[in-house]
Amino acid sequence: MAKLTMVEAINLALKQEMERDPSVVVLGEDVGKNGGVFRVTQGLYEQFGDARVADTPLSESAIVGVAIGMAVYGLRPVAEIQFEGFIYAAMEQLISHASRIRTRSRGRYYCPLVLRMPYGGGIRAPEHHSESNEALLVHTPGLKVVAPSTPYEAKGLLVSAIRDPDPVIFMEPKRVYRAIKEEVPEEEYSIPLGQSRIVTEGRDVTVISWGAMLQATLKAAALMGERGIRSEVIDLRSLSPLDDETIIESVKKTRRAVIVHEAPRTCGLGAELVARINEKALLYLEAPVERVTGFDTVMPLPKLEQHYLPNAERVVEAMDRVLNF
Amino acid sequence: MNLRAKESMPVLQRDHALHLLREMLRIRRFEEKSAELYAAAKIRGFLHLYIGEEAVAVGVMQALEPRDAVVATYREHGHALVRGVSAASVMAEMCGKVEGCCRGRGGSMHIFDAATRFYGGNAIVGGGLPLAVGLALADKMMRRKQVTACFFGEGAVAEGEFHESMNLAALWGLPVVFCCENNLYAMGTALERSESETDLCLKAASFEVPSWPVDGMDILAVEEAARRAVTAVRSGGGPYFLEFRTYRFRAHSMFDPELYRTKQEVEEWKKRDPIPNFSVLLKEQGLLKEEDLDLIEAEVGAEIHEAVQFAEAGNWEPVEDLTRFVYSEQGRP
Repeated sequence: MAKLTMVEAINLALKQEMERDPSVVVLGEDVGKNGGVFRVTQGLYEQFGDARVADTPLSESAIVGVAIGMAVYGLRPVAEIQFEGFIYAAMEQLISHASRIRTRSRGRYYCPLVLRMPYGGGIRAPEHHSESNEALLVHTPGLKVVAPSTPYEAKGLLVSAIRDPDPVIFMEPKRVYRAIKEEVPEEEYSIPLGQSRIVTEGRDVTVISWGAMLQATLKAAALMGERGIRSEVIDLRSLSPLDDETIIESVKKTRRAVIVHEAPRTCGLGAELVARINEKALLYLEAPVERVTGFDTVMPLPKLEQHYLPNAERVVEAMDRVLNF
Repeated sequence: MNLRAKESMPVLQRDHALHLLREMLRIRRFEEKSAELYAAAKIRGFLHLYIGEEAVAVGVMQALEPRDAVVATYREHGHALVRGVSAASVMAEMCGKVEGCCRGRGGSMHIFDAATRFYGGNAIVGGGLPLAVGLALADKMMRRKQVTACFFGEGAVAEGEFHESMNLAALWGLPVVFCCENNLYAMGTALERSESETDLCLKAASFEVPSWPVDGMDILAVEEAARRAVTAVRSGGGPYFLEFRTYRFRAHSMFDPELYRTKQEVEEWKKRDPIPNFSVLLKEQGLLKEEDLDLIEAEVGAEIHEAVQFAEAGNWEPVEDLTRFVYSEQGRP
């Protein structure tokens, strides 16, 4: 089995879905001739032509709006927003329309589009190229939000996202794009949306993270393992809808939880997870749930980036706090 | 006042002429009734009346086929009615009843109807333009000879989405007829107070889109322009821009003190009211008698009466449906 990067795995998923289903089309800035700024769509234009791979102008609002129009009328558009920080220009289409067409029309119309975008820090890029804005999207009813953490996960989740009948925001951790390789089957497989993944089983503490933060979390878990602490690491994967069952069952077992995300702390997705744990497992807890997060400021460039992003040491400190409360 | 010289009049088929008149009257009477129901708090939310602008929706719809798509604005009751969404379904929708075309959730501003390919109803100015371009792109990709008619007010040209959408439609040669309903005011702000260039056709032409100004108070001029545009667009000539110069006789919404225009200006425009003017013209041509008009009024009145009864007899959405339709149910469309 071939070992692929996340970029290659996503590319393979796009190619195979376009071969399988002629209604799958790709559009975005430089996704065609140029193969995408991160090369994720490389080769698609050559294989499928400009009828199915459209280079758009720098018109984020129109990219999302046009994808909505295609989606409500029989196509399966996969639009790319080049960097997560460019999505703000398209929020009107995304929040006011894509997320609401089904409910506004009470199911008469629906909007099966996928919006792919690289997100997150760690590549020494300035603010709009390093953000984690998932909470804005998760807060919007009607959108599904997915963040894969590895190449294998990315392929299987993207296949499900393309086949899903609802608008799915597919957040690709750009720091992971080429950082790790793993075996990715050429054969078709899919990973269902809405389900989190238990990466390592353990009974001492639950640690929840997603996207690029999974690597720091696993490193922390390994460090704690050397001290005999068995961590249960959960890759959240589906940020909306949340998989309450997996999270709550784990916390009931370990009685301690740490949440790791790189987005700013206030009203980050970690806050929602804490609330759900409190609502459903408060009396099981031996310690307040800890959050290891970015800071309530714009992503700093470049010197303070490593300070801003959670790392294994900060996760270990938080795990120590919940274990020694 | 007849705005057309007699010698330039097209030869009118009586049935079609009476159909045009009836459709305009359906909108007018439907909306007058809506205003009453709004005052009686039976219609809630907001209500934006199209009264005065009826010739535009009626004329454009004549040029469309059932397979075509319509994207409209929040002032869209008339467009929905003429497109073929039943008056009962629209009225029930506005009254918030589950028998409405969107089960009462869309209300006045968000009328959707899959059977007639009516894609809203949109409370966001300019919000429907990219959607229309997307529908047309889907048509082009799937090699369907269909047309999307996209209505928007002149206020929308101030939005970035107008420019993004015009550019894309022109760049990709997409089958969209952009129907700009220029009623001179974006809510309360006059065109010359919001645009440095007030010639909207010039703006559209800058995207290499064929553009025509049309007297939006003249139903025949509207229909003629729409047919020409739809024919060109359907034959693969790319998008078309029509600027319909029109006027709304009523306030922007039901909460509008109208400080931005004078009563005299409104009265001047009312002299160009498309309904009485067209009636006079038909009478002059011997196509309409007073008793024909009485009959049309009676039939329209009966239709609206039934629509109101249907809406009033309708049901409220059950609370169990509060969070339904946010996502697909059981993972299916």
